[in-house]
Amino acid sequence: MEFDLTETQKLFQRSARELFTQELPGVLARETAESNVDHSSKMWSHLQEQGWTGLIFPEELGGQGLGMVELAVAFEEMGRALVPGPFLSTVPLAGALIERLPKNAHRDNYLKSICDGTAKATVAIMEDDASWGLDSLALTASESSDGVKLSGKKLFVTDAAEADLILVPARIGTSHVVAVVKKGASGTAITPMPGIDSLRPLYQVVFESTPAADVLARGDAASSALAQAVDVATLALAAEMVGGMQFVLDATVEYAKTRKQFGKPIGQFQAIQHHCADMLLMTESARSAVYYAAWAMESEPESGPLAVSVAKAYASDSYREVGNLGIQTHGGIGFTWDHELHFYYKRAKSAELLFGDATYHRERIAKLVIDGQTATVGLRAADAAD
Amino acid sequence: MDLNLTPEERQFRDEFRAWLKTNIPAEWSGLDAREPESARERFEFLRAWQKKMADAGWVGIHWPKEYGGRGASLIQQTIFIEEMARAQAPPLVNVLGLSLLGPTLIAFGTPEQKSRYLHKILNAEEIWCQGYSEPNAGSDLAALRTEGKQEGDHFIVNGQKTWTSFGHMADWCFGVVRTDPEAPKHKGLTYMLIDMHCPGVSVRPLKQMTGESEFNEVFFENVKVPVSNVVGKTNGGWDIAIATLMFERGTLGASLQITFKRQIDRLIELSRKIKRKGRPASEDPVIRQKLAQIYAEIEVFRLNQMRTVTRMSKTGVPGAEGSIQKLFWSEMNQRMQQVAMELLGPWGQLNHDSPHAIDGGQWAHHYLRSRGNTIEAGTSEIQRNIIGHFVLGLPRSY
Repeated sequence: MEFDLTETQKLFQRSARELFTQELPGVLARETAESNVDHSSKMWSHLQEQGWTGLIFPEELGGQGLGMVELAVAFEEMGRALVPGPFLSTVPLAGALIERLPKNAHRDNYLKSICDGTAKATVAIMEDDASWGLDSLALTASESSDGVKLSGKKLFVTDAAEADLILVPARIGTSHVVAVVKKGASGTAITPMPGIDSLRPLYQVVFESTPAADVLARGDAASSALAQAVDVATLALAAEMVGGMQFVLDATVEYAKTRKQFGKPIGQFQAIQHHCADMLLMTESARSAVYYAAWAMESEPESGPLAVSVAKAYASDSYREVGNLGIQTHGGIGFTWDHELHFYYKRAKSAELLFGDATYHRERIAKLVIDGQTATVGLRAADAAD
Repeated sequence: MDLNLTPEERQFRDEFRAWLKTNIPAEWSGLDAREPESARERFEFLRAWQKKMADAGWVGIHWPKEYGGRGASLIQQTIFIEEMARAQAPPLVNVLGLSLLGPTLIAFGTPEQKSRYLHKILNAEEIWCQGYSEPNAGSDLAALRTEGKQEGDHFIVNGQKTWTSFGHMADWCFGVVRTDPEAPKHKGLTYMLIDMHCPGVSVRPLKQMTGESEFNEVFFENVKVPVSNVVGKTNGGWDIAIATLMFERGTLGASLQITFKRQIDRLIELSRKIKRKGRPASEDPVIRQKLAQIYAEIEVFRLNQMRTVTRMSKTGVPGAEGSIQKLFWSEMNQRMQQVAMELLGPWGQLNHDSPHAIDGGQWAHHYLRSRGNTIEAGTSEIQRNIIGHFVLGLPRSY
């Protein structure tokens, strides 16, 4: 039994950290937030060059063929540096969904364009009822000799404006489908939903008889692929949250050592020490939950959904609380715009809400553990129907 | 990264699991005896059980082979502890001797001390208690006052220890005594082995709020302790005492996560039976949230434990994820027992004397007992101070 990264994974972690510390953590984020300048393109090119856009996808489609643990490592580093851009939407969400859809030429081409970084993508899941579940999916697609057309509204779609591809879970009659809408498709109105976290932009996407470029799956193939992909994205997000927690913890401890009041570093006061100790407990515990979930998704897929929910529930509450304590310990300066902490504080909130908050995931845990419901099928792409 | 056991680890687990299955006595109910009248009986039963385990080579497995152990790795020790907990086996009564004193003697004892004491720890012939805390020295252990005055080849020991587990049953005590009152606090202490059957030693049970007496006060009145019973150097006892405390760190959480899992599983089972407004409590969204939260925390505790075992196997030292464990489980257990009380409603407060009590009143007991968790073995406040200073590098606050 060995619960630790392999040497190769540690090397990957180190190189990822170096990549992101070439720019100071928070600086790219700040400039993106303050000047609306698209710094994420620059970072996207780096990620593309490093092959990250194909990180977890099969080598035959141009990917790196790496696994969930590497995905977690990558996202932890991105969360630590608060790297802006549509990476979460494109790779572990849209890419993972496409990967789990039935293989055909169209699907393969979409995945190739994600792997080589030429396409950015997202998945439009949520609707008016604010549910991450698929049971209440209402957006309808109509099918005719003209093809499939979508009409309806999706909300809180991450990175929709930048996406070249929007994957849209919808309904044709009583059956679920996953449709692809390309950038610029007629009848599509994408409106920003500006929120607390400007670094992960959200959009309302309204379709009015919008032609779907493709329908990649129907029925169970669609719904199970979507459920699995959301778990992959949730795992990536939880890993990103651990990275953010670590940044806040490190910054806070450093501040406690250097900030002096009453003639001594404030870190010498037990109230401050106790805050820091609590932040450490939460960060390390979230890390354990995330890496177990990553391992389980690969090696014990039947345990994957429960492990992901434990990780997301725990990380959701913890990142918020670590952010709270981090700002509290910094005192007045932690409350300023100029200090980078608020970017992490805000990311903690948006991440808490994305793909289900702690309450949502606790209910999912309850369904699995109290009601004894079997979790949705395993996460290996090979399980998808061909 | 592989969280599965290796084939060798599985073989070890299966071997021990099978031995337990065959050898756990039929009359062992798995429930703790709480009445003092049966305590002596229970003690003798446990002593015999340890001897049986020792004869089969299943005691002190982490000790080097030359001292009667198996040289078991940390993972094997963890497997051992987990299997004991899974089978709800009778505990090893000489736990303090096995996990604390034994490794201390192996590391710091003289050859004579090793040959005199070690094998009797293993077969439970001599039961050990730990004499550290005193009425005036709890968190501030170095403030202890029990004195040892050297007179020739003896120390004359006077003083009082408290919170001494097994004090009433112990044959021997490993204690820390002040032998140089003039020296700075930490520098005048000596670690010595005290015969509990010596004249001048008296033991008084310490009744705790749960009604039972897991602990004792131990009084020393002019107790003669041979100088040859000093472990390490005279006045060098503080370092030995600290080292002793370090020996337990790797495996501390291993049995607890099994016990906690068993409890949350039981609470989930109970939630399906207990009715709230005509429906099972397991359908109540508030109960679901609380049970799920505890479930998640127990999982996280288990995962932190696995990471610590891996880390300590590689480096010998628990990492940051190890330093938080005691803090984590103690506060989590208090939360769990509160959730249990909320689930059980008014029935939760009934103890084992009540025929209406659920599960023999164990939840009422757990609720009261859990209050001590954040105090014993290092208070939560001290744990946070330790994490702040030793792990995060913040300046000492005291």
